[in-house]
Amino acid sequence: MHTTVDDAKALGLLPEEFDKITEILGRNPNFTELSIYSVMWSEHCSYKNSITWLKTLPKDGPHMLAKAGEENAGLVAIDDETGCAFKIESHNHPSAIEPYQGAATGVGGINRDIFTMGARPIAQLNSLRFGNINSDRTKWLVKGVVKGIGDYGNAFGIPTVGGEVYFDDCYNINILVNAMSAGIVKKNKVVSATSYGVGNPVFIVGSATGKDGIHGAAFASKNITEDSADDLPSVQVGDPFQEKLLMEASLELIDTGAIIGMQDMGAAGIICSNSEMSAKGKHGMRIDLDKVPTRQKNMKDWEILLSESQERMLVVAKKGMEETVYKVFDKWDLNCTQIGEVTADGYLEYFMNGVQVAYVPAQSLVLGGGAPVYTRTYTAPVYLKDIEAYNIDNVTIPEDLKQVALFLINHPNIASKRWVYTQYDSMVGTVNRSTNTCTDAAIVNLKDSKKALALTVDCNSRYVFANPETGCAIAVAEAARNITCSGGQPSAITNCLNFGNPYDPEAYWQFVHAIKGMGKACLKFNTPVTGGNVSFYNQSEVENHTVPVFPTPTIGMLGILADKNRTMTYNFKQAGHHIYLLGSSQNCISSSQYLAHFHQIKFSPAPYFSLDEEYDLHQLIKQLINADLIQSAHDCSEGGLWVALAESGFNNQLGFNIITDADIRKDAFLFGEAQGRVVVSISPEQFDLFIETVVASGIDFSHLGDVTTGEIKIDGNYWTSIVDLQNQYDTAIEKALL
Amino acid sequence: MKFGVVVFPGSNCDQDMVDVLESLKVKHQVNVVKLWHKEHDLQNCDMVILPGGFSYGDYLRSGAIARFSPIMQEVIAFAGKGGLVMGVCNGFQILCEAGLLPGALLHNNSRKFICKNVYIKPVTDETYITSKLNTNKALKIPIAHGEGKFYAPDSEMKAIYDNGQILFKYCDALGNVTAESNPNGSIDNIAGITNKTKNVFGMMPHPERACDPYLANTDGRGIFDSILNSMALF
Repeated sequence: MHTTVDDAKALGLLPEEFDKITEILGRNPNFTELSIYSVMWSEHCSYKNSITWLKTLPKDGPHMLAKAGEENAGLVAIDDETGCAFKIESHNHPSAIEPYQGAATGVGGINRDIFTMGARPIAQLNSLRFGNINSDRTKWLVKGVVKGIGDYGNAFGIPTVGGEVYFDDCYNINILVNAMSAGIVKKNKVVSATSYGVGNPVFIVGSATGKDGIHGAAFASKNITEDSADDLPSVQVGDPFQEKLLMEASLELIDTGAIIGMQDMGAAGIICSNSEMSAKGKHGMRIDLDKVPTRQKNMKDWEILLSESQERMLVVAKKGMEETVYKVFDKWDLNCTQIGEVTADGYLEYFMNGVQVAYVPAQSLVLGGGAPVYTRTYTAPVYLKDIEAYNIDNVTIPEDLKQVALFLINHPNIASKRWVYTQYDSMVGTVNRSTNTCTDAAIVNLKDSKKALALTVDCNSRYVFANPETGCAIAVAEAARNITCSGGQPSAITNCLNFGNPYDPEAYWQFVHAIKGMGKACLKFNTPVTGGNVSFYNQSEVENHTVPVFPTPTIGMLGILADKNRTMTYNFKQAGHHIYLLGSSQNCISSSQYLAHFHQIKFSPAPYFSLDEEYDLHQLIKQLINADLIQSAHDCSEGGLWVALAESGFNNQLGFNIITDADIRKDAFLFGEAQGRVVVSISPEQFDLFIETVVASGIDFSHLGDVTTGEIKIDGNYWTSIVDLQNQYDTAIEKALL
Repeated sequence: MKFGVVVFPGSNCDQDMVDVLESLKVKHQVNVVKLWHKEHDLQNCDMVILPGGFSYGDYLRSGAIARFSPIMQEVIAFAGKGGLVMGVCNGFQILCEAGLLPGALLHNNSRKFICKNVYIKPVTDETYITSKLNTNKALKIPIAHGEGKFYAPDSEMKAIYDNGQILFKYCDALGNVTAESNPNGSIDNIAGITNKTKNVFGMMPHPERACDPYLANTDGRGIFDSILNSMALF
């Protein structure tokens, strides 16, 4: 079939891309070939509008086993024998129109990225953004997404150990669902997504192929509009039971030594795994599409090629080891079918009932090969003027600060996410130390090791909106702070870059500057970027008006506890212990939850932040933990010092009696979100050495007051009891969702 | 003592259970094997444990398909001869589906999956799995289930009470059995039961998740200590 530029445009390709395809093939592409290029060159698969900037991020470190983009997930050394594979990925667009399946398949996809490398997943996290919690649509989305993540992750059997949930009007239509997984692998068992060796058999294993998710990658690469519901067939359907079997079978197969390479089938299905593996191994493949097990009859060749049916893998095995492969999948009652073999010429050649239906060079399809790379123009957004106009002196300090304090404790961005996380199995695997131990980052036990992992996901997108460069650096710093406060050493990050339309110069400006901030912060903390995922087009069309989401570069950070028993907790331990603030108080309420939601002031700069001060503070925290000089450490984030103190008190139902600083606005002191601050508590016995160590560090600190048996007093005035406060904190979200 | 932990496709607490049983080796003569669902050989185990998870995906009714697996035919025969069988969570559901334990496990009242620490109180110290427990002390043991609401019709409930078949009831931290401490709507706060002959045991809470000091909760250990103690005793 002869194709035209209009056909190409209908599939989401640009006219110049159609020309480029014609040039590569030296002829007019047929419809199947055009479909192949449309998905492989979609933003989702090709990173065509982001790769130029992603390449500027720091990727090196002595502990890196696989660098960003080399494999399905980043790989970091834990010790001489073991590595940790971890990655975060978005499933925003499917979740926005079908929250349950969209979120579920997001969890499935990220876990396949981990076990396809030979790593057994041991912990999952997620980062979720929803619109206004009071809208019925948001309630429906929250319930669907949480149930989807729970049903999939719980059955798959890997604990969900951490995450974050935010609500803001900017996500009313376009929610964000980012899922992260971390797995453990012996270094000598790492499997690569590669294919080589002429004549080696190519197998498709796992679920049968259906018509779900066709053009899903292309769907993820455009704006959500009122017509998006028509794209429902682009959403895949998940089956965690198949995924569990597929994981066990895949890991068992790796142990047999029969494998050359393996890759899961996610976005763009068979064509993506065929092309990426072939390009990496510098070989080709000859595939009989009619041999692929299908769920329905009469599927077209391009439908089979592009289907995003879940729970499937592509396996390239050593010739002569076919029986070994069949035996493993037979044991687990999974489909396993040889669909082709490796060829020498670097071309992907597809047949349907003996007739050639496509013939394309693998290299031309992939990132780093023939896929287009664009440098987009960008301009500073107009809204920055509103941010510059902000002046703290125009914000009156409320008379009743206790009222503000209770407002913040009940705010869905601050209140306990208990309603969400009790629906996730957080304890299966018996490795999650943070169930019964209060830690800023989740501590995941490595059985039979002296070490443990510390994992966290962080991004305050309001800060990124205010100043993408500073805001994104803060996201990295906060992740590092959480890990440091838990006793860990930050090791590496994965990122999920949720932005607007890259063809919109203002949205692209946000992207470029966020990357710059991330790069700086990652260099400072020595946490290389191991990979992740870019999700553009996170904006909605409402009555022909574009509503972008806050730029949201979610940071997933891995840390390592060299001595797993040196975990630091954030809960106050005993009445009478002294409370100190490490880091300096600032006259800053910029971009705080307090300013945005209590005062309803939506435009203000990013909060106070100094990368150097932040780094120095972390070194001090490490020193204090290693010398046993503190009882607890909790970072100040949303809701400021007030919320940090309250959260420190909840677990043991201990209160606090503190004095504010006369030099600082009282609202800024309590509710401001200046960065680089940590609340610590110490026992009287620790006092002398603690003070000596902190003074020697040169870092600002102040004595706030003491831990009490339960009453909360500010400047001598009784505000409330910790028990009453906790009751509000625990139940605010479940009440709002009723 | 030899334990066999059954692995169904979709089991996901099997390794956690094996890890706990292996840890008993420090002090006791213990042997642990995994039993594959397609097999018919129980390998002379003294006790067979059905672990938690989502056997066969549990897309129908939890445990409804697992009961028909080859290994379950052997487990049913073994239990019929007085062999010791214990089911945790999905294992409990399978034992009810297989008719080895009375009653059924329905959707939680909240209709949501619930994972959290709860307290349970041993009702008796006269069974294999409770012999070393203090019936006046609440144990903190996590639950993680969507279908954990124990139900049995009145006639069966009468028999359950008459025969002293209740093992555990949900309670508060102080051991008070209250409506508020019932996480899923189970009849009479029942968290675990045994059969008439007291050789088959089922419980929804996960004792194997409360055995590692590193995870800061070892309240589940008493149950495993009870089993080893009972083997020597009975």
